[in-house]
Amino acid sequence: MGAALSLAAVALAAIAAPFLPLWIVSLVTISIATGLVVVGLIILWRAGLVPFGQALFFATGAYAVALSSRYLGLKDAFLLVIIAAIAAGFVAWVVGFLLARYREIFFAMLSLALSMILYGVLVKSETLGSTDGINVSSATFLGFAPRGQAYTLAVFWLALGLAVAAAVFVSRYLSSVAGSLAIPIRDNEIRVEYLGISVTRLVHLKLVIAGTLAGVGGAVAALTIAHVDPAMAYWTTSGGFVFVTILAGAASVPAAFVGALVFEIIRTASVAILPGGWQLILGSVLLLTILFVPEGLGSLVVRKRGADKAKGETA
Amino acid sequence: MITALAILTDGLVYAAWLFVVAIGLSLIFGVMRILNVSHGAFYAFGAYAAATAIGIWAERDLPTAGMYFAMAVAAIAMGLLMGYLLERLLLRRVYGKDEVVVVLVTYALFLILEDVLIIIWGTDGKLAYQPYIAAGNVIVGGLPLSIYDIGLVVVAGLLAYFASFAIRKTTFGRLLTAVIYDRETAAAFGVNVSRVFVLTFLVGAVLGALGGALTAPKISVVPGIGVEVIVLAFAVVAIGGMGSIEGALVGALIVGLFRAAAVHLAPALELFVIYAVMALVLVIRPYGLFTRAQPRKI
Amino acid sequence: MSDILTVSGLEKTFGSVVAARDINVAVPVGQTIGIIGANGAGKTTFVNMITGHLTPSKGKIKFEGQDITGRTSRDITRLGIARSFQVAQVFPSLTVFENMCAAAAIARDGGGLIRAAAASLRSARTLEETEAALTQFGIARFRDMRASTLPQGVRKLLDIAMATAGGPRVLLLDEPTSGISLEEKFGIMDVIMGALKGRGTTVLFVEHDMDVVQRFADRVLAFYDGTVIADGPPAEALADERVREFITGAVLHRTKPTANGGTGHAQG
Repeated sequence: MGAALSLAAVALAAIAAPFLPLWIVSLVTISIATGLVVVGLIILWRAGLVPFGQALFFATGAYAVALSSRYLGLKDAFLLVIIAAIAAGFVAWVVGFLLARYREIFFAMLSLALSMILYGVLVKSETLGSTDGINVSSATFLGFAPRGQAYTLAVFWLALGLAVAAAVFVSRYLSSVAGSLAIPIRDNEIRVEYLGISVTRLVHLKLVIAGTLAGVGGAVAALTIAHVDPAMAYWTTSGGFVFVTILAGAASVPAAFVGALVFEIIRTASVAILPGGWQLILGSVLLLTILFVPEGLGSLVVRKRGADKAKGETA
Repeated sequence: MITALAILTDGLVYAAWLFVVAIGLSLIFGVMRILNVSHGAFYAFGAYAAATAIGIWAERDLPTAGMYFAMAVAAIAMGLLMGYLLERLLLRRVYGKDEVVVVLVTYALFLILEDVLIIIWGTDGKLAYQPYIAAGNVIVGGLPLSIYDIGLVVVAGLLAYFASFAIRKTTFGRLLTAVIYDRETAAAFGVNVSRVFVLTFLVGAVLGALGGALTAPKISVVPGIGVEVIVLAFAVVAIGGMGSIEGALVGALIVGLFRAAAVHLAPALELFVIYAVMALVLVIRPYGLFTRAQPRKI
Repeated sequence: MSDILTVSGLEKTFGSVVAARDINVAVPVGQTIGIIGANGAGKTTFVNMITGHLTPSKGKIKFEGQDITGRTSRDITRLGIARSFQVAQVFPSLTVFENMCAAAAIARDGGGLIRAAAASLRSARTLEETEAALTQFGIARFRDMRASTLPQGVRKLLDIAMATAGGPRVLLLDEPTSGISLEEKFGIMDVIMGALKGRGTTVLFVEHDMDVVQRFADRVLAFYDGTVIADGPPAEALADERVREFITGAVLHRTKPTANGGTGHAQG
């Protein structure tokens, strides 16, 4: 039921896009970039792990696109996304050997430290553009070189496709044995080990998946903003991802994208209406969500579906 | 040789600054298990309050000596006010919740406070160099050293000394230690844990504000200084261990010296080195260098 | 018929504390062994060494002829030795059904990371095994209850049921009836033993209740001060002098020496 609805929404968005103002299309594209990171975050969140440094992989993906485009002359958008995914996935794999051994606040802090290491490197490196960052020239799409409005739409459709692919993949993963062990890991990690499976390796896998998705998100961001800079690795960027995860809740995959969209809308609206107070508004929304809807907005939908299901179930 | 001296002095000054900034954060986490992201706001508000006080002092052309006093008063007042309001209105609601949830609450708070700061003081920023310049310089081994900076090191040293003394010799300090070690047992022994919490939070807030106030004459006080500082403070506290004064001191010294070395020898590594050290320590000793090993839970 | 589990020269020291020494046990297939002893006598250390929670300081453990000394709990479980816990270790957020399903799924598909990521949680075989286990242990009617809300006895049964996932050939039960009221102890053990014996499992259970031990064990291992002081059929072991003195309390210690210099024994 939820899947059908989501697909309908996606189809609608794809068809409506050419008729909408460009700024809306861009906004949704950015939301998808964030949503991709959050979908990965959910996988970790469910296992009780809150990474405060997903910006590490996000920035890796974004810079992979920028650097490949500028220095390797690779322009195809699909290729760039694949490169970003591989780069971020690789970093996640390497980092995971370390990070997968930690839990709770130490996991969060180590994750933060690692992302700030990248930030430190990016800020001070002249070849990597330092604080100015690097511009990303327009990509091509399997030979086609759209410009202007067509380009914005092309990036949007690519992002949409990636979002669907990610959603399908993550949903599948979450119903697999490895994915469903998130709650057991959170509840009683020791028992999981005693049942015969390595929790560290499961967490490592989750990190790789989350990192790869974050890298793809970074790639989308790089393509749509046409610019990458060290701020993409800063802790406040990671904070934003965590923020959206709280907003969306970890219960449902589509909620990640909806949450990202809501976040982006609130942020854009706040900046427009109350430029000096957008952090205030965002902070208040976050606070209220944590205090009153701790499972996130997505949980409200899941709760309702659960209630419906319970009614329909035989005793 | 000059470089070695420069590294040492720069490192010490930076370490002193870091210590004052981070000790409040460490205390609050050690006692309350709250990783208070809004500590960055205490710092920022303290800096602004001090800058405002300095501005007023300079305008009225009052004796310079009093300026330092005014800075301290402004910081303490600001810290007490913020600490009290935050604890009363918000923090109380989240005691006992999952540690990570509490961090997220303090993060939300931080965002809100960043804008409150702008609402109060605007986006222009303030310059309040007067105390720094008024203190003058002294030449040591061929290097000009700011007397203000020396004063900073002295203040940090005194703070560390009195904090250790207080923790070990005063009743309140002993209560704090008990609560840091095992909150439940302390409560079972009759320690008024909520009162300890409130007082700790106030002390932490004042220390954070003080950190900001002491820094104000050395930087341009602009929105966003809290954002940069909080993650540095995290690094210091992660290295030294939460709730440990010696830890905060050692953590500050390590970060300060490594950073100074990087600045003088390999500037590109300046930021990298701080977080690399943090990551390294977390890898070797996740609880920090100075915490007792946690007892096994099963 | 060769022994399914052999323990030779097993020893464990923690710094200067000798928790276990010179333990030698050979367990034939299908036997049910009751492990008794006061707290701190070394029973749990023994169980922990076999199940991989602790690495022995000396000695060997062999399972089905294979040396498993020092291997991880995870590996040992996959090889075929499982355990239950004194305090039932379940997943509180999940229902009874989901708990058992997780256990069955791990047993069936948890052998490799790729396999675990590819296999669906609710595969037909996993569901089958889950249903069977819930029925066998008599907890099927609690299937939709959250594990955190279960009565103690049901929690224990769930814990043990989960341990049987994948059909381990050896099962170690750590105080299966602790926390259970006297009237229910036998009932619960009947269910547990019925399920386990039906599969031909070799069972070692740690127990403090001698009536339970007498009723369900083929053989008793009595621990005292880190070593085995009696090893034999229940009637024999429980009649052993030292067992009576140190474990069952059937013999009382006098606090002051008797007239002829010995500590003497009260009649009992």
